[in-house]
Amino acid sequence: MDFSFTDDQLQFRDAVRTLLDDRCPPAAVRSAWTNETGRIEGLWARLADMGVLGLMAPEERGGLGMGEVDLVLLLEEAGRAAVPDPLLEHTAVAIPTLSDAGVCADVVDAAVSGAVTVTVGLADAGPYVLGAEQADHLLLERHASLHLVDAAAATITPVSSVDDSRRLGRVEFALDDAQLVSDDPRARSLAFDRGALGAAAQCVGVAQQLLDVTVAYVAERHQFGRPVGANQAVKHHLANVALAIEFARPMVYEAAWCIATGAEHRSREVSVAKAMASDAVDLACRRALQCHGAIGYTIEYDLQLWLKRGWALAAAWGDSRRHRRRVAAALQLA
Amino acid sequence: MDLTFSAGELAFRDEIRAWLASNLPTEAMASMDTPAGFEQHRAWERVLFDAGWSVPSWPRLFGGRECSLVEWLIFEEEYYASGAPGRVNTNGITLLGPTLFAFGTDEQHERFLPAMASGDEIWAQAWSEPDSGSDLASLSTTAVRDGDHFVVNGQKTWCSRGAWADWIFCIVRTDPGSERHAGLSYLLVPGDAAGLTRRPVGRLDGEPAFAELFFDDCRVHESNLLGGEGDGWSVAMATASSERGLNLRAPGRFLAAADRLAALQRRLAASGAADDELTDQVASAWMKAHAYRWQTYQVASRLQAGGTIGSEASFMKVFWSELDVELHATALRLLGGDGEVVDGPHGRDWMSGYLFALAGPIYAGTNEIQRNIIAERVLGLPRK
Repeated sequence: MDFSFTDDQLQFRDAVRTLLDDRCPPAAVRSAWTNETGRIEGLWARLADMGVLGLMAPEERGGLGMGEVDLVLLLEEAGRAAVPDPLLEHTAVAIPTLSDAGVCADVVDAAVSGAVTVTVGLADAGPYVLGAEQADHLLLERHASLHLVDAAAATITPVSSVDDSRRLGRVEFALDDAQLVSDDPRARSLAFDRGALGAAAQCVGVAQQLLDVTVAYVAERHQFGRPVGANQAVKHHLANVALAIEFARPMVYEAAWCIATGAEHRSREVSVAKAMASDAVDLACRRALQCHGAIGYTIEYDLQLWLKRGWALAAAWGDSRRHRRRVAAALQLA
Repeated sequence: MDLTFSAGELAFRDEIRAWLASNLPTEAMASMDTPAGFEQHRAWERVLFDAGWSVPSWPRLFGGRECSLVEWLIFEEEYYASGAPGRVNTNGITLLGPTLFAFGTDEQHERFLPAMASGDEIWAQAWSEPDSGSDLASLSTTAVRDGDHFVVNGQKTWCSRGAWADWIFCIVRTDPGSERHAGLSYLLVPGDAAGLTRRPVGRLDGEPAFAELFFDDCRVHESNLLGGEGDGWSVAMATASSERGLNLRAPGRFLAAADRLAALQRRLAASGAADDELTDQVASAWMKAHAYRWQTYQVASRLQAGGTIGSEASFMKVFWSELDVELHATALRLLGGDGEVVDGPHGRDWMSGYLFALAGPIYAGTNEIQRNIIAERVLGLPRK
């Protein structure tokens, strides 16, 4: 039993954090709310250069040949920085799914290099596809099979998210225009688990960021001649957020390990992780807003970027109730 | 990261599992919070000790088997999964024991640890006073030096099993002019000391398990001082860290309760009496027990790599105590009108368990105090 990350894994995380601090500050996220692409100029290429995009691709495809345990810390950082791209869809789901199936090697190569973006739409993940209009290829589910579709061949109807940097689309496609990736239900199930894990990791990252900025704010903001954060009611709100993160995070890491090793209870563990991470980020959003007061309720203040990302991610890839139902089914409770 | 047990850990698990399967008491015991049950549970401690299982993480010299922290967590999982009796000397073994290892002299180790391990000497914790609960540092029980003795005067209360315990560990004020955290000392007092009067107090569950202790010129030899005179607060905080973290309440007991809750739910589901909302609550409670398990293994990995646990223990204390309440409250909701039934002395019914669980957010430092600690010492929020 060794529940720890290696120094290399932690250093990779730190390097990604440094990159995102530099290239994905709140002002850049805010620009992705209003620009044409919904993306941050140059960020995708930098993530490709660092090996993040192709982290899970085999080395012969130009990837790093790593797994979910290596990736989970990086997705947490992506959540912390509110990266607007369909990073988890591309990196955690599309590339490993195509690689596992041994199909579309040219698409995998281009995805690893960052030349193209591949997003994902699975029936259980939600009704819309993130970054559908921006992507070059879409990995889509039909009749429990996975298909790859060129964006040009799909009919995409934009849908507005509460988070304008999440460019959602409703997607229709004809099977004649699609390439079958896998009709193995295990591939579909694994793709969903990878996506739910990635969303859970991002939820934890968003929650941690909300906690950190709120702790800093309530220590600085004075009322009644003392910091707002000196009041026990405020302390307990934030202690509760810290508690929710403290116990969701190890489940996210454990679920990553279960996927990476093909553990027996993989899907159940992913659902525990996503349910707890969704609840943690939802609590973090509400308490962060309450502890900021009216300034947090403004569109100019950056807090709203994480609030809206948090609410979107809490529901994406299955909300907490849906995942608890999956846990209940796995435990044969119903 | 490797979240499987090693071959050695699996062998350890198989050994304790097999031992429990063939050595569990066949007769139900009375509650350990009654005089008769106390002695029955003491006898069980001796059975555990003779097989080397009463203090598996301790050095062999004092009756342990020097198992690792992870193995100790495995022991707890197996122990509670088997339905084995409660541990009547838990406050000695898991609270005072680690404190003795850290602060005791060699003589104190030899004097106290073997008898603690065997159950020959069962310990009770006497910290709270009528006017000092959450604000422990305001305590006023005094111990004044008289030659090689301390003369103790004052009153302690809410002392679990203190009316029958063989020994009591106390915090007292040895510097009469001191205030707050200074001038306190950690004193070990024999239960039969002259000048010590003990009175049982009925607990919420009806058992006479609390005790009030009255010290009237009670003389305690200086060899029973644990740590330096006046250093009692820092010694006490080492005990408190054990109390809040993974020593006193390892995940095993909550995992066992979560599995019992799941089994209860399955019985109701099989009879067509499951309800979507309650099923969701059962899943939620089970998940939290599971999360406490993995959070603990994560902490254990950090500790085995040389890390420390300080104020983070407050995370665990809040979580396990509220988890315990949730597990039992959920079971009572499943049971509906049957929930109020308490059937006998085993403490295995859900209502008795619920009453015990409700003490969790109060003892070992209330959860309000723990949340203050998390906010101030982990998050760094201003004290005032």
